[in-house]
Amino acid sequence: MKKKEILSVLEGLVLEEGNALTLRQLCRVCSVHAECIIELVDEGILEPTGTAVEQYRFHGDSLRRARTAFRLQRDLGINLAGVALALDLLEEIEQLRSRIRF
Amino acid sequence: MEYKDYYQILGIDRKTTQDEIKKAYRKLARKYHPDVNNATDAEERFKELGEAYEVLKDPEKRAAYDRLGADWQKGHDFRPPPDWDAGFEFSGGGFTEKGESDFSDFFEALFGRRQSSDVRHTAFRSQGEDHHAKVLIDLEDAYHGADRTLNLSAPELDSEGHVRIRERTLKVKIPKGVKQGQHIRLAGQGSPGLGGGPAGDLYLQIEFNPHSMYQVEGRDVYLELPVAPWEVALGATVKTPTPGGPVGLKIPAGSFQGRKFRLKGKGIPGKTPGNLYVVLRIELPPVTSERNKKMYREMAEKMAFNPRAGLGV
Repeated sequence: MKKKEILSVLEGLVLEEGNALTLRQLCRVCSVHAECIIELVDEGILEPTGTAVEQYRFHGDSLRRARTAFRLQRDLGINLAGVALALDLLEEIEQLRSRIRF
Repeated sequence: MEYKDYYQILGIDRKTTQDEIKKAYRKLARKYHPDVNNATDAEERFKELGEAYEVLKDPEKRAAYDRLGADWQKGHDFRPPPDWDAGFEFSGGGFTEKGESDFSDFFEALFGRRQSSDVRHTAFRSQGEDHHAKVLIDLEDAYHGADRTLNLSAPELDSEGHVRIRERTLKVKIPKGVKQGQHIRLAGQGSPGLGGGPAGDLYLQIEFNPHSMYQVEGRDVYLELPVAPWEVALGATVKTPTPGGPVGLKIPAGSFQGRKFRLKGKGIPGKTPGNLYVVLRIELPPVTSERNKKMYREMAEKMAFNPRAGLGV
């Protein structure tokens, strides 16, 4: 039986640049274990604030970086150092592309 | 259903060794990975590669696939011959280990679809999975905010544990001030929880449609503004578009090609709003009339100007 869903406008929460995500939340969203996120931190791919793991707070953009990192790792078999390099280069390409006309 | 030529997809022939298959796959995967390649069909290509590799990397699946024969051509209408897989034993039940829901019908006809046997049957309460989707908006939406209607489909388990695709439509408020790549979290819009657990969340990643006039970098917006030579030389106040509506821009006398103006706070709004950068591009008046031609000639005669003086000629 098909249930008709009523369309009300959903209002979400924008993940801001500030201290948006805890380690636990980031793990959940990326569906990975905490160790995988901590590896990204150790490699400098993610830069949370806070010194102890329990106090880590991640930038809203970490979600995109982390998910891209895991995809590159899984799909292309790149190790973490390579992923870090790829992410930096991709970011640079994106910047250059957006400036290409100037 | 369409026959898929997995060898052709990986650009190899039927005699290729397992090692070479891996190399071919890796090379193409790097090229077409959607995080690396911006082309609109990259994702499609990448999925195709994944499917081809899934079959050819596995000697059992490859042998079974080869047995279909080499006479098939890409795109042929395909029906699996009866008992085509007789005599083959697939480890793992013949299902793909990845359980990707988006392999083609062709793949599924041959190697099956991931079954519910693979799905966790949890007796305890657990939160539903989070879902991810991209939402395309226009730059103007980031300035003013907008409502977007999204059509999403997600695989879901029904009460008997079968996977089925649930289609749904959501209307989502895009708040003013969002940036490219930013995420919006919609609590409770992911998969339903198990055993009465809470539902997962839906994360929407914001992507901007390419704009014909503006380029966006973070919250900063760039515009190339065409100007007449005399506006640049003599100074002028010209009307310039911005995503928030047109404004007047004062060009000082003696400006030049590529001069950049910063309109503070006219970028994407936010706690710290971005800036709008306007870069001048001099447009020459076309020489379509005798009158214009005459004026150019007059300039050539009366203005002592050698644009190549700096080159020493």
